[in-house]
Amino acid sequence: MQHVPGVDRGRVMLYALSTCGWCARTKELLTDLGVGFSYVYVDLLAGEERDRVVREVERWNPQVSFPTVVIDETKVIVGFREEEIREAIGAQHSE
Amino acid sequence: MPNTVSDREVDRLMRDLETEAEAGGYHLNPDREFTRGLVRGLLANRERYGYISCPCRLASGDREDDLDMICPCDYRDPDLADYGACYCALYVTADVESGKRAAAPVPERRPPPAERNRQKEERATAGRAPGTLNYPVWRCRVCGYLCARNEPPETCPICRVSRDRFERFM
Repeated sequence: MQHVPGVDRGRVMLYALSTCGWCARTKELLTDLGVGFSYVYVDLLAGEERDRVVREVERWNPQVSFPTVVIDETKVIVGFREEEIREAIGAQHSE
Repeated sequence: MPNTVSDREVDRLMRDLETEAEAGGYHLNPDREFTRGLVRGLLANRERYGYISCPCRLASGDREDDLDMICPCDYRDPDLADYGACYCALYVTADVESGKRAAAPVPERRPPPAERNRQKEERATAGRAPGTLNYPVWRCRVCGYLCARNEPPETCPICRVSRDRFERFM
């Protein structure tokens, strides 16, 4: 799991695939918003670690699809839904 | 993503996919940079799994399990019809390609594992049903092409997917 430093807007976790264009856009958006977040490329994990993370994603998003963003262990956004992500992170300052 | 895919390979696959798509009445996403990223993902998947599974879906690495999401996936055509793009947005409809309409975000249509297994069993049962036809009819699960012959073709003549993407239709 990698951490991108930034403004603290709660615990922001991005579950992503390293090959997915929408995951890349989501990561870019979070970076541009300047928010601190963690991300993990689930396709690059193996063995038990991968199983554990897949179960974690499944808990938030039973379809286990990507990107899945979890904010403060409560709010879940599935897919690159830009407006929803901006809103959930309270990032009204950006254009 | 593993960094072993060269730019030349990406260019080549992109060109091939584009030629095939246009010949079959399909269109690649005109956002070149985005599309290149997806093609790079396809090549990364070919390298690690041996087949070009969808770059936006988590592959199991077992071809049989991942068959429905090998690109072009079983869900491309219904997603094009409903949203103007496939799930990863490698393929778009003509009106999206020409900028007349924006593609809508595509929710995941692929059923979860339990449902996929149930559907697979259902298809196997349908394949065993006694028929009154002279030939079985095979359906391409990607593009819907039908043919009546003893075995499905090695490659779908319409959308170019392999024989194992066919199901018994009648």
